[in-house]
Amino acid sequence: MVTLKLAYKNIIGAGLRTWLNVVVLSFSFVLIIWTQGLYKGMNQQASRAMKEMELGGGQFWHPEYDPYDPLTLEDSHGPIPEELQVLIDKGEAVPILITSATIYPDGRFQTVQLKGILPEQSILGLPTGSLRNGQELPVLIGTRMAKSANLDIGDYFTIRWRDARGVFDAIDGKVVNIFRTTVGAVDRGQIWVPIDRLREMLGMPGEGTIVVIGKDTVVPEKAGDWVFRNLDYLLREIAEVIRTKKVGASIMYALLLSMALLAIFDTQVLSLFRRRKEMGTLMALGMTRGMLIRIFTLEGAFHGILAVLVGAVYGVPLLIWFEKNGWPLPDYADDFGMALGNTLYPIYGAWLVIGTTLLILLAVTIVSFLPTRRIAKLKPTDALRGKIS
Amino acid sequence: MKNGILPLLGLVLSILHAQYPPAEEILKKIDANLVSKNRVAVTTMIIHGRRGSRSVSAKSWIQGDEKSFTEYLAPPREKGTKMLKIGDRLWMYSPATDRIIRIAGHMLRQSLMGSDLSYEDMMEDPKLSNLYNAEIVGSEELNNRDCWVLELTARTTDVAYYSRRVWVDKERSLVLKENRYAKSGKLLKTTEVKEVFPVDGRWYPKKILFKDMLSKGKGTELIIESIEFDVPIPDYIFSKAALRK
Repeated sequence: MVTLKLAYKNIIGAGLRTWLNVVVLSFSFVLIIWTQGLYKGMNQQASRAMKEMELGGGQFWHPEYDPYDPLTLEDSHGPIPEELQVLIDKGEAVPILITSATIYPDGRFQTVQLKGILPEQSILGLPTGSLRNGQELPVLIGTRMAKSANLDIGDYFTIRWRDARGVFDAIDGKVVNIFRTTVGAVDRGQIWVPIDRLREMLGMPGEGTIVVIGKDTVVPEKAGDWVFRNLDYLLREIAEVIRTKKVGASIMYALLLSMALLAIFDTQVLSLFRRRKEMGTLMALGMTRGMLIRIFTLEGAFHGILAVLVGAVYGVPLLIWFEKNGWPLPDYADDFGMALGNTLYPIYGAWLVIGTTLLILLAVTIVSFLPTRRIAKLKPTDALRGKIS
Repeated sequence: MKNGILPLLGLVLSILHAQYPPAEEILKKIDANLVSKNRVAVTTMIIHGRRGSRSVSAKSWIQGDEKSFTEYLAPPREKGTKMLKIGDRLWMYSPATDRIIRIAGHMLRQSLMGSDLSYEDMMEDPKLSNLYNAEIVGSEELNNRDCWVLELTARTTDVAYYSRRVWVDKERSLVLKENRYAKSGKLLKTTEVKEVFPVDGRWYPKKILFKDMLSKGKGTELIIESIEFDVPIPDYIFSKAALRK
């Protein structure tokens, strides 16, 4: 207890030098939590939006389907397996038929993915209900597609495609609704139509390319030769992007933290040098070398504790403000390839705060301890004379 | 009265129809006129876009219906680009990237050098008699030439254009105008022969205007600068190795 009190009095007594170290360390502390919170928020925000608009609770893919190889699209369709049809009939899954087509909005030529979906579905957050009406071919598009093709609700445009046999066909579609989403993967370069109409247009009755299952749907063990892709697989790209970003960010943490720790290390070395006589006196009064080491290490460690407290004073309101108001993203953030929207909301978990606090305290304690090892070799007589080996 | 008119009308129509030669024969004559064992042609494509026109020149070696090799000669940006078609496969070589890529799937639907022709237009079987049933629907004058008007309907289910209407020069057995329709009946493309020239005892199109009727462009003109029929073409031309040479 005496050691603790002595260490505390010493560090407070050091005045401005202590507070400078504490403030710099607190910056690192707050910045690490803030940045980590942003990455966590980025991951959760993108994953949540993708699950809601695109992935559901996982997807069954036609064996030939490869979203990264558009050349396979022509062959990646087939009858929906019975196991999945049962789920579709119960409203627990939704089939999607995909083909490529060309659209001519205002006489301009644009290649798109033409997707057929059940208008009655509720698995995905797409407003497919608007595809129910009309004698004409109702078309649902996203805001990005609407912008790139210069289309608005009520506009007609020609769609040209090739059916299952390769015969050209064309029809005019009418934009019945435009949806806004952060998920570019269901919007950019895509047009949505009722699946029954698309099956008829392509001459592919009862066929599909993928089947999206609901969040709480029990995944059938087998569905013909269709391949099940779970959320870990479907979200692996986001996880990889976040992992890469975290690696980049950790270099920044290391730099910031090392600056703060270097300052503490310097302070400790300087303190040992300037307080040689004090150490000699304390040893002459009966204090052991171990107790001295403890005092000096504790003094250093107090930097960490004070940094946590100081960081909390300005960091807690700041982080809470960011959590509520988010971090506004520029317009070009949409091109990052992640479903983030206009604002990124950070998420600070308890483990993030506890983990970061412990990490900083541990690093500060180690850095504080290292210079004090010299005390182990200190002779009281030399110390009293102001010598240190 | 009515009972008398209908058979009479039928009789008149059948007499008129009997004056027409068999449509299938006309198709065969068209194919015989256009198709050759092999040919080498130098062409210029004038693409009329929204922001003006540009020309692309190319030399093509064509063997029957199956094989063709095209090397682009101008403009400098396209010079050295080569295309090889063997059966239903198409490859393209770009000197800028020094890469050979296979054009397949949705890429076939893309425009060829920004023109009104797509890559898949190049892949079509040029022999109409292989693909369509024909019916003569009339006789019209087009560009001061007497023409048969033929309605072509796909004979097979895997033909690109479900139906076509063609205007065929009666004397020269040459298609002077063509409308290509989608299955739904929508007009997709038109071709119009603006100029013809005699070559090796046959009449051949000299200048053709292609127009994608769904887009707002002014069309693409194809001018045949020179053409030679039945000249020997070495086999190595139709190989992927020739693309890089």
